[in-house]
Amino acid sequence: MQNAEELRAIRQRLQPPMVEGEHTFGSVSDKIGDLTLKKKTPFHWFIGLGISFLIAQLLLFTVVYLVVTGIGIWGNNQPIGWAFDIINFVWWIGIGHAGTLISAILLLLNQKWRTSINRFAEAMTLFAVACAGLFPLLHTGRPWLAYWLFPYPNTMGMWPQFRSPLMWDVFAVSTYATVSALFWYVGLIPDLATLRDRAKNKYFKVVYGLLAMGWRGSARHWHRYEIAYLLLAGLSTPLVLSVHSIVSFDFSVAQLPGWHATIFPPYFVAGAIFAGFAMVLILCIPLRKWYGMEDFITHTHLVLMGKVMLATGLIVVYGYAMEAFFGWYSANEYEYFMIKNRIWAGPYWWFYWLLILCNGLSIQLLWFKRFRESTFWLFVISIIVSIGMWLERFVIIVTSLHRDFLPSSWSMYSPTIFDITMFAGTIGFFFTLIYLFVRFLPIISIFEVRTLLPDAQVAHGHHGAHDGDDVHGESQNFTEGVNESTDRESKRELETPTDDRGKYHGK
Amino acid sequence: MAQVFHRAANNVAKISIVVAVVLAAAAGFVYTQLARSSYLTGQHVEKQQPVQFSHKHHSGDDGIDCRYCHTAVETSYSAGIPPTQTCMNCHSQIWSDSPYLEPVRASWRENKPIEWERVHDLPEYAYFNHSIHIAKGVGCSTCHGQIDNMPAVWQEHTLQMEWCLQCHREPEKFIRPQSEIYNIQWNDSELSDEQRLQLKADYKIRSQEMLTSCSTCHR
Repeated sequence: MQNAEELRAIRQRLQPPMVEGEHTFGSVSDKIGDLTLKKKTPFHWFIGLGISFLIAQLLLFTVVYLVVTGIGIWGNNQPIGWAFDIINFVWWIGIGHAGTLISAILLLLNQKWRTSINRFAEAMTLFAVACAGLFPLLHTGRPWLAYWLFPYPNTMGMWPQFRSPLMWDVFAVSTYATVSALFWYVGLIPDLATLRDRAKNKYFKVVYGLLAMGWRGSARHWHRYEIAYLLLAGLSTPLVLSVHSIVSFDFSVAQLPGWHATIFPPYFVAGAIFAGFAMVLILCIPLRKWYGMEDFITHTHLVLMGKVMLATGLIVVYGYAMEAFFGWYSANEYEYFMIKNRIWAGPYWWFYWLLILCNGLSIQLLWFKRFRESTFWLFVISIIVSIGMWLERFVIIVTSLHRDFLPSSWSMYSPTIFDITMFAGTIGFFFTLIYLFVRFLPIISIFEVRTLLPDAQVAHGHHGAHDGDDVHGESQNFTEGVNESTDRESKRELETPTDDRGKYHGK
Repeated sequence: MAQVFHRAANNVAKISIVVAVVLAAAAGFVYTQLARSSYLTGQHVEKQQPVQFSHKHHSGDDGIDCRYCHTAVETSYSAGIPPTQTCMNCHSQIWSDSPYLEPVRASWRENKPIEWERVHDLPEYAYFNHSIHIAKGVGCSTCHGQIDNMPAVWQEHTLQMEWCLQCHREPEKFIRPQSEIYNIQWNDSELSDEQRLQLKADYKIRSQEMLTSCSTCHR
């Protein structure tokens, strides 16, 4: 007996429970579902939404003025043809990547801790992609003609330039947005049905009912749902790697010192995940506190995300080191000039060192348990990393461009007020969407969190339902009554775990 | 608990998927057709002019050479619109009392040009030059059609980029000898494929890459 308890303690340490507190299927639905349905909308929500919405108006004004006037209102001009527009595009797209990684790759890798953060991480992905897309769209100058970028039988008798990485970007980002939206929506369906069934307000019933697309939680529904979800996860997985690889091609395919490096794709992908996890932490630390979700987004989650940040951050730092090394080792005078100019001899040197401070040094704190386990420090480091990742794109784009091959073209870049309002505006827009999401949709996947409960661990052959550590690790029963209206009903379902719905979940 | 939706809602949802796909495909098809329709391109639409001038009569019946009026076609980007003085070369002598020609005489008296309606209107971002096309063997009728058969001139082709590129991709299919440039009756089948290739070589027409390069037309 002593042994068994020790074993349990070890197991507890190695695989800490992903749901804390005493929860049943019903209480999970209550706790998450009530945020949208029952609880009075907290006052801080109105304040937050109000501020975000006001900031989003900056975006509206800037875009209107931009469309009326032209992109000359931005500060970028030759030789710095790309600046805030592309920096912000890459920054936002990168942030989205954590959502896809969490929802797809961690699902395929059977990482259960993804379950309580995937829903809003995916929402974050979608909203970040929406913000990202605005920048290149408006940089075309005539956004109403942006459909020219797609291959369709146009009257110009031409296809788009398939050899251009900018073209690949169009496909990568639009595919990414589509798959992310589908993935998010498909994952929402069972929960939308739960909300439909619990809603008291008639309009909510109809809206959630329409969105739930007739979900009844039958065995057939679940069977198809799981196939669809797995397929979408399979589709999303390569996207985590491909989208930011292609974004990096925007630079690395160009023959410009500072851009033309083979390390760019992996270095960008790692940077994207790094930035994305920082944003997930920035969002979920206040969220779990304000909405009392500490039981579902546990301390363990935060620590795990901190570790992912440390790992990807180190890859990014390796990228910085290699960039500098290439500059010297290539023995190419242009490469060497670029790196020298970037790191110490050029006017933007302090951006570089600020970047190293933010992305390189700050994350070293995560090696230490004291910082890693502190919510406060995780939050602070995440914000520093978000700033650092923005600086990284600034350094790559602006310092490579501002010293052209011809010294007569050398120039300096400074953003105009419209560059700044546009960037600030997208941040406001992003948080407006996040606030609306938090209010109207379940921020945590109700039915997936249920699978983490000890009750959901139904063992084969022996009674292990309360161990929460089923030896086969394969008997998650996702199918327990999603549409139950009372706790009692779900309990009853639980008492008959051999219900034929379960048979679809054998591996 | 009462159901929010009727049972039929399931079928409506399923059908709506098919309908959405069909509608999207139809919208795409309509778009591609509409973009090429004469409603948007002005192709085959007769333009009424301030003077009832007939190309059919002057070019077809009288056989006046194109260059008598469009004097700059061999030397300039624009073929040139004739001044009133060109009309009056003849019409001070013949049909000098015709009421149809009163706007011309008024223009002559007041020394004020006639404001002709433009039929072929290329966008400003497309650089077009008549003289190079004439010099490389593109005849008038290749682009302007049977002008000698048009009482009021219409635009024979769409003037869309895909139409320009047809010829810029395979110029040999559309060229003719210098002697036939102004022959509106010219029939493209009069030359064999070998003769066309020979002609292309003689004209020193540049490669397809050159002719379809962006900056050839968008400078």
